[in-house]
Amino acid sequence: MHIIVAIKQVPDTSEVSIDPETNTLIREGVPSIINPYDENAIEAGLQLKEEYGGTVTAISMGPPQAEEALRQALAMGCDEAILLSDRAFAGSDTLATSYVLAQAIRKIGNYDLVICGKQAFDGDTAQVGPGIAEQLGIPQATYAMEVRVDGKKIQVKRLLAGSFETVEMKLPALITADKHMNVPRHAGLRGVMAARKKEIPTWTLEDIQADPSKCGLSGSPTTVVEIFPPQRSHKTERLEGEPQQVARLLIEKLRDAQVL
Amino acid sequence: MDFSFTEEQQEIFAAVREICDEELKPRAKEVDERGEYPWENIKMLAELDLFGVPVPAEYGGLGLGILDWAVIGELLSAACTTTGAVYGAHLLAEYPIMEFGSEEQKEKYLRPLASGEKIGAFGLTEPGAGSDAASVRTRAELDGDYYVLNGTKVFITNGGEADIYVIIANVAPEKGARGITAFIVEKGTEGFTFGKDEEKMAYPALANRELIFQDARVPKENVLGRERRGFRVAMSTLGAGRIGMAIGAVGLAQAAYDAAVAYAPTREQFGQPISEFQAIQFTLADMATRIEAARWLTYHAAWRKDQGLEFEKEAAMAKVFASETCVEVCNKAVQIHGGYGYTKDYPVERYYREAKLFDIVEGTSEIQRLVIANRLLKEAMKK
Repeated sequence: MHIIVAIKQVPDTSEVSIDPETNTLIREGVPSIINPYDENAIEAGLQLKEEYGGTVTAISMGPPQAEEALRQALAMGCDEAILLSDRAFAGSDTLATSYVLAQAIRKIGNYDLVICGKQAFDGDTAQVGPGIAEQLGIPQATYAMEVRVDGKKIQVKRLLAGSFETVEMKLPALITADKHMNVPRHAGLRGVMAARKKEIPTWTLEDIQADPSKCGLSGSPTTVVEIFPPQRSHKTERLEGEPQQVARLLIEKLRDAQVL
Repeated sequence: MDFSFTEEQQEIFAAVREICDEELKPRAKEVDERGEYPWENIKMLAELDLFGVPVPAEYGGLGLGILDWAVIGELLSAACTTTGAVYGAHLLAEYPIMEFGSEEQKEKYLRPLASGEKIGAFGLTEPGAGSDAASVRTRAELDGDYYVLNGTKVFITNGGEADIYVIIANVAPEKGARGITAFIVEKGTEGFTFGKDEEKMAYPALANRELIFQDARVPKENVLGRERRGFRVAMSTLGAGRIGMAIGAVGLAQAAYDAAVAYAPTREQFGQPISEFQAIQFTLADMATRIEAARWLTYHAAWRKDQGLEFEKEAAMAKVFASETCVEVCNKAVQIHGGYGYTKDYPVERYYREAKLFDIVEGTSEIQRLVIANRLLKEAMKK
């Protein structure tokens, strides 16, 4: 089967801090990584390939340096990688991003399954995967935990809040991978060396025959009005006394604070 | 002169660093406490191609150099010194087969060593012989198509766990070094068994066992190199082994330094972090400086080896300096931690125990100085 995995390069948020003056992310010197959920998506693709045979193609929309993320995907075992990079794509919101990715997937063609991470670590929208499926007009199952391919059908066990749901879809389809789906493998040294030798073509707006009005800022109805970190306060109150008394007091305080 | 690594090397080392940070380091304490040979780590390293680093691609290796092998060994040793030691001892079987093995031997033994499907070990040391390889007492006598081995090896790292052993024995003891012959011996060979697993000051998870040969029959075609030419095999392997020990010491010293430099600013005494005291600052500065010197001595020895240059003296210099640095740095790291450093709550306690290995094995510091002086005097005579 032919599997396409869409990945995103994100700043390593464990190393990002917010400038308290300007309320913007301090990205300087912060290493870029593959969005962790996308690593689950890659792993899912590689496991399916190992089980059913076929190829895994990784794609990513981003600036030229997103090639590093694709190179890593190749090192993990993906067969091909394609970078979607064009100034016209800059500033894309989730709608425009899913349009660009869907156009690229159309161009690749002949695919059975598209896998995305359930959401990106930086934006946390969880919209691009479903957006791609809509653009392509294929069925989708988000928050996948387990998958089983049966001929031209796929069964997906989804992780919902407090329950599981198993759905069956016709292929081609799209799934988004939950982090509990698998443990992403490390790239072996042979993979790292082989990945260096592979060509990663860059596809532009023209290559994927995209409509400029649907890409980048002009194709993005979403406007980010403000980004700010949550207000932090360090007020600590100590409740003392008998356990029962303290518990009652705590409940009262939580009610007052409208937490309960 | 160029001290930088290529982009490819940097990517390879970054991949190894990721494995170290995410897998090996978090488990190092448990490996030490459990005291069992770390098969889980070893299988992972095999899967990720770490055992084939210096082996040519035609035998399933990565075709990289001893310098690459060393930098990777440094990272492993810093993350989990026991696992680093397994990786180091594995080379001692891989290396002589790579250098002296026949085509058939390379196909049969080097390939599974390179893939990590089989682990290797090197058996030279005996109760009465080690660095003095010419005094090896293990006998090998030709009997038809077989050599019959009798004798006992001690302290053999990976002993009992490894499948492929390079064994140094003597076919003509009266001729001393001129009788020394190297053999490839497989685990499971009749008459080849394992004795005592040493209880040591550290590394409870590392196998250091006796190898016992009682009329063990080894096929003639398993002579490594030529009969009576094994002294060179032994010396050459020890040379590469010194680079391995030196880099293991650098890695462990780095781990101890990293722990100390992270701890010092968090520990307050007399109203300020102890890192504000000049005594601590100077100690940290000396630790880091010595580690840096040890690292480059070792890289240089490995580089010379890869260039095909004479490297015996440089490897001995690296080994003695790096191992003594390691002992010193681990000692200071415990000192900076104070009482906490003496407890098992902090890794420096383990590092301190582990450090002492390095200035004893693969030739004590005294032996290294003999090797260095020997070379220096020979060089001086030539002038």
